[in-house]
Amino acid sequence: MSETAVDLDRRRFLTGTAAVIGGIGAATAAVPFIASFQPSAKAKAIGAPVEADISAIEPGQRVTYKWRGKPVWVMRRTPEQIDALKAGGPLRDPESIESEQPEFAKNAWRSSKPEYLVLVGICTHLGCSPSFRPVPDAETGADWKGGFYCPCHGSKFDLAGRVYAGVPAPLNMVVPPYKYLTDTRILIGEMEGSA
Amino acid sequence: MGFIVKQLTGLRDWVDDRFPLLSLWNDHMGQYYAPKNLNFWYYFGVLSMVVLVIQIVTGIWLVMNYKPDANLAFASVEYIMRDVDWGWLIRYMHSTGASFFFIVVYMHMFRGLMYGSYKQPRELIWILGMFIYLSLMAEAFFGYLLPWGQMSFWGAQVITSLFGAVPVVGEQLAELIRGDYVISDITLNRFFSFHVIALPFAIAGLVVLHIIALHEVGSNNPDGVEIKKLKGPNGKPLDGIPFHPYYTVHDSVAVVVFLMLFSAVVFFAPEMGGYFLEYNNFIPADPMKTPLHIAPVWYFTPFYSILRANTVNFFGIDGKLWGVIFMGLGTVIFFLLPWLDRSPVRSIRYRGPIYKLALTLFVVSFLILGWLGTLPPTEGRTLTAQIFTVVYFLFFILMPWYTKIDKTKPVPERVTR
Amino acid sequence: MMRLVFAAVLVTLGLAASANEGGPELLESHVNLDSKNNLQRGARTFVNYCVSCHSASFMRYSRVMEDLGLSKEAVEKNLMFTTDKIGNPMQVAMRPADGEAWFGVAPPDLSVVARARGADWLYSFLMSFYLDPKRPTGVNNLYFPETAMPAVLSALQGVQRKVEHQAEGEAHGGHHAGPALELAVPGSQTPEEYANTVRDLVSFMVYLGEPAKLVRYKVGFWVIAFLFVLFIACYLMNKEYWKDVH
Repeated sequence: MSETAVDLDRRRFLTGTAAVIGGIGAATAAVPFIASFQPSAKAKAIGAPVEADISAIEPGQRVTYKWRGKPVWVMRRTPEQIDALKAGGPLRDPESIESEQPEFAKNAWRSSKPEYLVLVGICTHLGCSPSFRPVPDAETGADWKGGFYCPCHGSKFDLAGRVYAGVPAPLNMVVPPYKYLTDTRILIGEMEGSA
Repeated sequence: MGFIVKQLTGLRDWVDDRFPLLSLWNDHMGQYYAPKNLNFWYYFGVLSMVVLVIQIVTGIWLVMNYKPDANLAFASVEYIMRDVDWGWLIRYMHSTGASFFFIVVYMHMFRGLMYGSYKQPRELIWILGMFIYLSLMAEAFFGYLLPWGQMSFWGAQVITSLFGAVPVVGEQLAELIRGDYVISDITLNRFFSFHVIALPFAIAGLVVLHIIALHEVGSNNPDGVEIKKLKGPNGKPLDGIPFHPYYTVHDSVAVVVFLMLFSAVVFFAPEMGGYFLEYNNFIPADPMKTPLHIAPVWYFTPFYSILRANTVNFFGIDGKLWGVIFMGLGTVIFFLLPWLDRSPVRSIRYRGPIYKLALTLFVVSFLILGWLGTLPPTEGRTLTAQIFTVVYFLFFILMPWYTKIDKTKPVPERVTR
Repeated sequence: MMRLVFAAVLVTLGLAASANEGGPELLESHVNLDSKNNLQRGARTFVNYCVSCHSASFMRYSRVMEDLGLSKEAVEKNLMFTTDKIGNPMQVAMRPADGEAWFGVAPPDLSVVARARGADWLYSFLMSFYLDPKRPTGVNNLYFPETAMPAVLSALQGVQRKVEHQAEGEAHGGHHAGPALELAVPGSQTPEEYANTVRDLVSFMVYLGEPAKLVRYKVGFWVIAFLFVLFIACYLMNKEYWKDVH
């Protein structure tokens, strides 16, 4: 078809250049489509920090709030319960090394004030919401000091949301970011020093 | 590197033993011989494929956030425009793509008229193409209701009411289409279903048939020469070149230029002065209040003009029904082109002055009817529309006569450049 | 052939030019979306004067905050009702039914009004209230005759009176250069100040109608610049391959 010699190197180079630039373009064009999957402004507005009035919570009682569509528990612990947490037990990660929590909650009671526990009420195994078991029963065993029991696969957590050893859940339950607005009002979803 | 190539070749051969991979590639790309003299007008086929892909991809993404509910639809479009990251880009690509689809398809059809691409043996390609065009019109019409603005609502109300002009069963037919006495939530839901499921399937299937039929008989060209008649010693057409790589690289340039124009509209003028996105469609649908002036989107306006131009009752049939009939005929008559055209040559290059004049008059009347369709009617405009409606139809009706008496030039053996 | 098509387009455009619609000519708004200061001023006017009756229910305060470069405190203090949350859309305290009872029609949502009406129309409308004792609100408007909306900005603009002789010219189909209105009672702002206030307000409403407008020109520039580079690459590739074809 051709009388003149074809410069194959030049041809390959030009084809490669066009393909690479075109490929970059295609990849860049994909970015907005993937970015549109992110939570929308509406989802973010609905998932905005939630204010909780904790003044009416009795010692030993747990109240549930909704934050980002998930249950968030606020529990007021009794002095005995706090002491029991310090004593520890057959826990998998008592120091909360691997689990997710704000820096201020990396302690035995996993909260900023020992009296109040704030916890995302979702089991770290497969996302069920554990039930509140303040006293021992058949499922938890007789030496139960109070805690949370997941009905789906039997994971157990103590009253700081720390997971027991030998249950399916791998990690302690998540402590959300939160801060005290006053002594009786907390804001779930926002910490000091961050928006 | 050599190892990877070997593995990939192995995979290809494995698939090819079980699926006609290489023969499909060769039939449609590598060994498909296209005339080497294809010009500017031959880009619009591949460009309509590009727009089809843009529409399907952006459409899939829009459906993720759109709500086909009369109470939520308008707000969900604004939700896409504001709350969804980059939603505005995806929506503008889709709305701009709708108009560009018609631009490239009209250019593609005009190419067919200029170079006689519908003539024997390509009648079936033309007919399949016309089915694509009709499906596209339906697709656009159904889609236009979805934003649920004033123009969406009243446009759909007017078009569905057209069916009311059909004698005896008209009113029932219109209600059957709407599923209600007026355009309503029910209509919106079914139009949504047609727009996102039924018609995209139909269009995609027809496009495949269109291309299979094309590759069976081979592409026409600006000279209207049948390149398969003269073959070289290798059995390939002398005036043909393999589609790949020659036309793939050729088309890549056209696609990039097209994308530049497309982006210019998407980013700098998505409303296109009210022609691509009508201003009144930013007012939510209100069944109690018709906007002062309603016009369909620009790509329907030539036919809308024909509809409105029929104001006279004759043969005992009233103007409204004639309008519907002529509007329907105005689109359907294209199907007959392969048999209306009696000219011995295909391309306008070798046709006589009469066909050139006729085609020019046809294009002018199409454009003027389109323009008039965007404007509110006045006496003068209606008269103009009537004149050009007649011209429009005479192009087809007189074609068997004027293409026969027209003086043609001899067609060369080989294509020219 | 191309020449003929071109001629046809010209003929069509000629028809377009003769197709001028009636109504008073719009004033030019000269909206400016580039200045954050002007948009902030517009936002304040919008919230103080419009949101008492009109909602902008597709627009979130948080978006205004981000796009206009405001702090959360400034938005909460100057733009929002105290009970509102920053992520909420600009809702109105008044119920639509009340609005209908008070004004005859419920005040429309203003989120996309600039896209439906156009910036120039909004500007002209807000500039052109005049005294009309026949109206229940006591005012009428050149661009929206018998509007149900009272002259909300009259404390700033003052009160205008229609000048009759120019109105007659209008009746004969002639376009007048500006509103045939004169100031009867001055407001707290001079006419120039008021024009700027309305310009900023309309600029904000244009932004409100399409927040993406603040970014889409910039993105578009880079997209087209990139495509130009790709064009050169494809063009050279095409030229190289087509050396084969004679």
